[in-house]
Order: sequence, then C-alpha cells, then structure tokens
Amino acid sequence: MLDKKQLKKEQIIECALELFASRGFYSTTIPDIAKSLKMSVGNMYNYFKSKDILASEIIKYISVYLGKKLREINEEDISTKEKTRKIVEMYFKTASVKPEMIDYFLRIYLSNREVFRDTCEGMLCVNEFVTEIMIYFEEGVRCGDLREQDFFSAFGLFMGYLGGMVFLKGEDILPKDLNEYVEDITYNIYKALSSQ
Amino acid sequence: MKTKMKVLWLSAISCNGNTHSFFNYSQMEQFLEDFEFIYHPVIDSKYLLQDIVSQDIECDVLLIEGAISKEFKRADLSIVDIIQRYSKRVKKIVTVGTCATFGGIFRESGYEKTSGLHFDQEKRVDTFKSLLDKTISLSGCPVHPEVLVNTLYAIKKDITLKVDEFLRPKEFYAYTVHNGCTRNEYFEYKVDNHNFGELEGCMFYDHGCQAPFTHGSCNKILWNEVNSKTRAGLPCMGCTEPSFPRQNLFSTKKNMAIPEHLPVGVNKRVYLTLAGITKAFKIDRLEKKLFDD
Repeated sequence: MLDKKQLKKEQIIECALELFASRGFYSTTIPDIAKSLKMSVGNMYNYFKSKDILASEIIKYISVYLGKKLREINEEDISTKEKTRKIVEMYFKTASVKPEMIDYFLRIYLSNREVFRDTCEGMLCVNEFVTEIMIYFEEGVRCGDLREQDFFSAFGLFMGYLGGMVFLKGEDILPKDLNEYVEDITYNIYKALSSQ
Repeated sequence: MKTKMKVLWLSAISCNGNTHSFFNYSQMEQFLEDFEFIYHPVIDSKYLLQDIVSQDIECDVLLIEGAISKEFKRADLSIVDIIQRYSKRVKKIVTVGTCATFGGIFRESGYEKTSGLHFDQEKRVDTFKSLLDKTISLSGCPVHPEVLVNTLYAIKKDITLKVDEFLRPKEFYAYTVHNGCTRNEYFEYKVDNHNFGELEGCMFYDHGCQAPFTHGSCNKILWNEVNSKTRAGLPCMGCTEPSFPRQNLFSTKKNMAIPEHLPVGVNKRVYLTLAGITKAFKIDRLEKKLFDD
C-alpha cells in the first residue's frame, strides 16, 4: 500500500498534469495547483521543492506508467508482430483515456528541454519506458523477427510515428478515430522493422 | 626423504599450450621436490610412453591435456583405453585446459566425436561417468600455472575442493574475470572508447570482452605475476567456458544496441535500467587518456 505522502504526491502530479494540459505549462503556477487541490502553497512545497522538480517527477510518473504497460506486453508469449500491434493499441488507448499524459510528453517534456536539463539528463527520467522499448527490440532481433540496426533509427521510427499521430489527433487534423489507424500503423511499423 | 606425489601427464589431442603455461610456474624447483612426473610429453621423465601403456606403473594423479576421441591413439593405444587403465589406480584425475574439459578448439575441428572428459561443451558425456567423483576440471586456454599447481597441492594435502557444476574448483572459478579488472570504472559508466593495447576504456560494449560472464581468476591471480588480457588491453575471450571458442572474438554481438550476452546472473531489465542511468552522465575523467603527456 502506498503511504499517505506518496498518495498525496500522486494526487498533486495528476492535478498538475490536467492543469498543464488545459492551461499550458508556463501559465500554470504552483499556487494554481495548490488552489485546485485546496492545499496551502506552503504545504505544496513540502512535496515538491520547485516547479521544475514537479515537472521532472511528472515525466518519471508517466514513464513508469507506460513502462509498466509495455512490460506486460513484453512478457506475453506472442509474436513480435502481435507485440507491435499491442504497443500501438496501448499507446493510442493511453492517448484517449489519459490524453494529458501523452500531451505532457510531447508538448512539455520534448518541447521544453531547458526545464529538464538538470534533473533529467539523457534518458534518466524516461528510463522505465525506454528500457521496455529496448527489450521489445532486442527480443525481436534475437528471435529473428526484426532486423538488426541502430537502436535510435528503430526507436525514432516507432515512437516518432506514434507521437506524430497523437499530435495530429490533438490538433484535430485526423479525420478518423486513432483506433481506426491501428491496423495500418502496425503493418507499416512492422514492415519497416522486420527482417523479411 | 619426502615422498613425492606421482603424476602422469597424458597428452590427448592437444597443442601443448598448458604444458607451456605450466613451464612459467615461478616455483618450479619447489614443485619438483614435491611431485614427480612418471611421464610427461616434454619433460624428461622416468618412463617412456611405451612403458606407460604396456605396464601398470604406480601413479597418484592423472593429468589429461587435450581433447578426447576414441579414435585418437598414443603409442598405438586409444587415449580412451589409456585413461580407463590409469583412472582406476589414481587418487584423482585432473583435466588440464578447456580441450580436456569441454572439447575446446579441437572439438571445433569436427574430428571423430571429440569432446572433453566429462563434457561436450555444456553437455554431459557418459563415457567416463564412473570417474566423475574423482575428477577436477581446470578449464582455460591455457590453465594458469598457479591454478594447476595449487590444485595439485590441495590433492596432495587431501584438501577437499568445492567444485561448480563443471567440476571446476570454486576457489578459482567462482569469480568472473571481470572481478579485479582495472577497467571496471569504464564498465560502470559505459565508456568504451577503447583501442586495442591501450589502458583506457571498457571492452565489453564493442570489443567482444567476455569477462563479465566468464568464470576465472585472471584478474585475481595475474599472469606472469604482472598482468592479464584485459589489463593489457585485449578482450577476455571466455577461454574457461564450455562455449569457447566463440566466433568474432573482437566484437560484441548486439541486438539493437543490447549485448547478447550480459554479465552473469544479471537480468536484462536490471542491466538496461542501470545502463540507462549511467549512460546519462558524462564523466570527463574517463573520456581522457590516463597519462596525458
């Protein structure tokens, strides 16, 4: 069971995520988040010493959430193609059910690197997520389904594609629901990465 | 007068590399006061190989160097028959080197069902099953002379050596070659800007080093008392393992940037998590030459 302080931290993270998504990162202040949670600003600082630290903790929270989902897929006894489909489905589902998470990742984490420079060097804050993606690739190559290549060329293709689709969805440019693209996107990604 | 322990050094399909390594033992005079070779293929000894195969000569320890095949003969007798004959009378049998233990490089030649005494790589061979309790495996290409000599002294002094699943004494094989490597800092922070023969950089990530998953004391009991492969700037080639020799010994097999063989006992997820964290930091000191001048 999570202790009280941890539980409160998660409440703050989820509230901040919503506010950042609706009002924007720079327009949302710590007092705004405190007010929304009916907490005093002073008490907020007991949990997060600064907005930058809160920002880093949020990205770690998202990484742990997505990493856990990916791990469940990685541990299933299914083909790499099937795993590819499940990862696409999971990512799009998260974008629908918790749009603020993917939104934060794309619009705040990737677009405001200066905020994360000191606390999230390299892949430090997205370690859980990247680790599972690496395992998906490694196991795909090891069993002969995927072609051996540089990790980042494969990673960019996969995550760039998914991120791009969610971004288009967020901009209301996509004519169809994200789920309707799962089949084609799975086919495209798998074909691009496949050893065949 | 002290009783010398009588040793038969039997050479099977071998390059005599373990013999050469043994000659580098620094306390040879002392050793020869305590042990006597009734036969050795290179050292002058009391008996000829012809005598060994035609008579039953008293012997305490049988050392086997080289891979074993029923078809391979010494003095017109199958090596298997010679082993059978002497194994009954000796107190202990020691397989000296990776060929005698697992088949090694001669197994790779494909010559007539060649293997080690009890193992064909990792697989158990039953030909000499009854000798399992008597056998100690000293794998290595070659075996470090101190490992061989200290094992013989343990036999002489009736010290029971704890052994691993391949009958290798844990005293020497419970460690990995990574243990004691002077490049451990480079391993920890994933710095592999290595050039062969130079002092800097870890060779695990790109240059094929097998030290983190190879059992042996190379960085604990140094070669010629001064150095080891990895300290000198050459990757560990995993010569004590059943899989020796693998292919492409100077490059690390990777699947999308992840080494196919990870440090022994380390889960892939754990490895990647740690690697992801350390990779995030750039340690300037480890990027530079150790001696700038």
